[in-house]
Amino acid sequence: MATEEMEQLVRRDYKEGFVTDIESDTLPPGLDESTIAFISNKKGEPEWMLEWRLDAYRQWLKMTPPSWAHLDYPPIDYQAISYFSAPKRPEDRPQSLDEVDPKLLETYEKLGIPLHERAALAGVAVDAVFDSVSVTTTFKEKLGEAGVIFCSISEAIRDHPELIKQYLGTVVPVADNYFAALNSAVFTDGSFVFVPEGVTCPMELSTYFRINAANTGQFERTLIICESRAQVSYLEGCTAPMRDENQLHAAVVELVALDDAYIKYSTVQNWYPGDEDGKGGIYNFVTKRGDCRGARSRISWTQVETGSAITWKYPSCILRGRDSIGEFYSVAVTNGRQQADTGTKMIHIGEGTRSYIVSKGISAGKSNQSYRGLVKIGPRAKGARNFTQCDSLLIGDKCGAHTFPYQEIGNSTATIEHEATTSKIGEDQLFYCQSRGISEEDAVSMIVNGFCKDVFQELPMEFAVEAEALLNVTLEGAVG
Amino acid sequence: MLEVKDLHVEVEGQAILKGLSLSIKAGEVHAIMGPNGAGKSTLSAVIAGKDGYEVTRGSITFEGKDVLEMEIEERAQAGLLLGFQYPVEIPGVKNIYLLKAALNAQRKARGEEEVPAPEFMKLIKDKLGEMKMDASFLQRAVNEGFSGGEKKRNEILQMLVLQPKLAMLDEIDSGLDIDAMKVVADGVNSLRAADRGILLVTHYQRLLDYIVPDQVHVLVDGRIAKSGDAELAKQLESRGYDWVVEESAA
Repeated sequence: MATEEMEQLVRRDYKEGFVTDIESDTLPPGLDESTIAFISNKKGEPEWMLEWRLDAYRQWLKMTPPSWAHLDYPPIDYQAISYFSAPKRPEDRPQSLDEVDPKLLETYEKLGIPLHERAALAGVAVDAVFDSVSVTTTFKEKLGEAGVIFCSISEAIRDHPELIKQYLGTVVPVADNYFAALNSAVFTDGSFVFVPEGVTCPMELSTYFRINAANTGQFERTLIICESRAQVSYLEGCTAPMRDENQLHAAVVELVALDDAYIKYSTVQNWYPGDEDGKGGIYNFVTKRGDCRGARSRISWTQVETGSAITWKYPSCILRGRDSIGEFYSVAVTNGRQQADTGTKMIHIGEGTRSYIVSKGISAGKSNQSYRGLVKIGPRAKGARNFTQCDSLLIGDKCGAHTFPYQEIGNSTATIEHEATTSKIGEDQLFYCQSRGISEEDAVSMIVNGFCKDVFQELPMEFAVEAEALLNVTLEGAVG
Repeated sequence: MLEVKDLHVEVEGQAILKGLSLSIKAGEVHAIMGPNGAGKSTLSAVIAGKDGYEVTRGSITFEGKDVLEMEIEERAQAGLLLGFQYPVEIPGVKNIYLLKAALNAQRKARGEEEVPAPEFMKLIKDKLGEMKMDASFLQRAVNEGFSGGEKKRNEILQMLVLQPKLAMLDEIDSGLDIDAMKVVADGVNSLRAADRGILLVTHYQRLLDYIVPDQVHVLVDGRIAKSGDAELAKQLESRGYDWVVEESAA
């Protein structure tokens, strides 16, 4: 299936996603303090949370959208967005897989997505077809025994206010940036994870498990806390093209790792990239930051980004704790007219802190991609080390790749290494593979997967397999 | 099995092959020799289907099929396999993965099932042994960081695994020391079979001490100027190419 066909298919599905009847508790477009009060009230939040949101909103009003990124998009009308809509009623959704576009199912098939998950992804009223209750129950029991809290952020605000008060907004302050401030004011959903001292979370936590509870929110807020010696691996997103009705996504993710804690956060993002002119695609403006607050703590970001019309995203680590470690492994693929400005920030504050960055960018079609990486070594970060490897692969001659490394070194004992390469997918490599009997499409996918190997091996096993399949689907028809 | 008739090829508007004809039967080993720039490598590249070569006249048929109408991979699947003079590096792709993908692509084209893993491992181990290669080769990225000799051995390894009907080897001896050349030559000799043709492209005669060809062709200025048996190669060794060039000009 050619890329365009796939785009069309995703777009068609996108249109079908719109619900025309306005339900009573869906807000009309617009944003002011009453909108925020409405959201807070709907979520049953305490007064202090409303104040927190309003504070963010008032600061947001004074801010302007960032313009430094290598991106091109028309100004967003924030008054034209609806900031709260209730989840769709089951009877408005497809009732079974038979009612879902067979082409979408074909894509799921290609991606190797298990049957029961296909239904959920396609927006089928899952309770009817998908025996999730028992799965979820066993899974909740197991986590409960270990003392791990995993719930929606709204539940956490109601049930664990002391943890929220202690941690929310401490990694990404409400006025950190334009999109983070907006998110702080109006976020409606997201995940909350708390792993208590000494506990290794008994399973990989995935947003899949919550797919019943809520659709991906437009303004998601995620907070993950690992106490001393605690560990968790969290998987966000999924490889299937996601149905989504919202064009602007401005999520905030905060991670807090205390002494000897380890948080591994993996993302596979494949949102609708728009039509061939980039129209109608998702704008993904995300603030993700991890705080290695404790000594010897470690935070690892791994991401595979293939979707969205525009991506603005820099998962970062603040290396505060002595000997703490920050890692960033990224594969970003752009095709068609997609634009991505992504990268990371490693802020070394503590002594002996280390960071490791591996970024692989693949541009095809008429897409444009930038890597932006900041490595900042503070005056107290004696003996800090950073290694950065940043490779770009171009497919065809109408795409672009740009690298913007920034280094601020405030300490003479630091060691910084930066390696960057840009290569074009070689005619010679393709010919070599094809002259062994391998088709051009398989050869491209083989070469691209080889290029991304350093990052894929950081992904949890099943995710890595899906990511490879996803890459193949994304780049179908990119050559030739 | 291979018939090349009156082949004319241009590269960027410049004529390289100017009416080359060649016929290879099953079981035969042919050597194409000639001075630099005569178009030796062009011939095998055109047969394999490399981009950038324009056939302006003539034909290539393999087992009765029009090769020029086939995609690159279809040619390989039909049994035409090219061993490269400069094998290409593919970072991150394991050698064993490429071998398996290539073997399965060919099996699929023949309507066969994918090769079962145990059978494949056994096959590979046997062939590695023949090429005196360590099993660690399989886990290394394709040709990445390989020495010149390792790259050439790897090309022959692929031939041994893929078992082509016609093996084309482009300057397989270039850059090899004498020990490495013996290993490569042994590998090529083990490919010799009644149902297989071999086309060697080489500048030097020394390879032909180890792989004795049935026919030797001297390529001069885009045409075969002289053909003969292994004895011709020996003459070239002692007399150089000039006399053939002069003869063909006369």
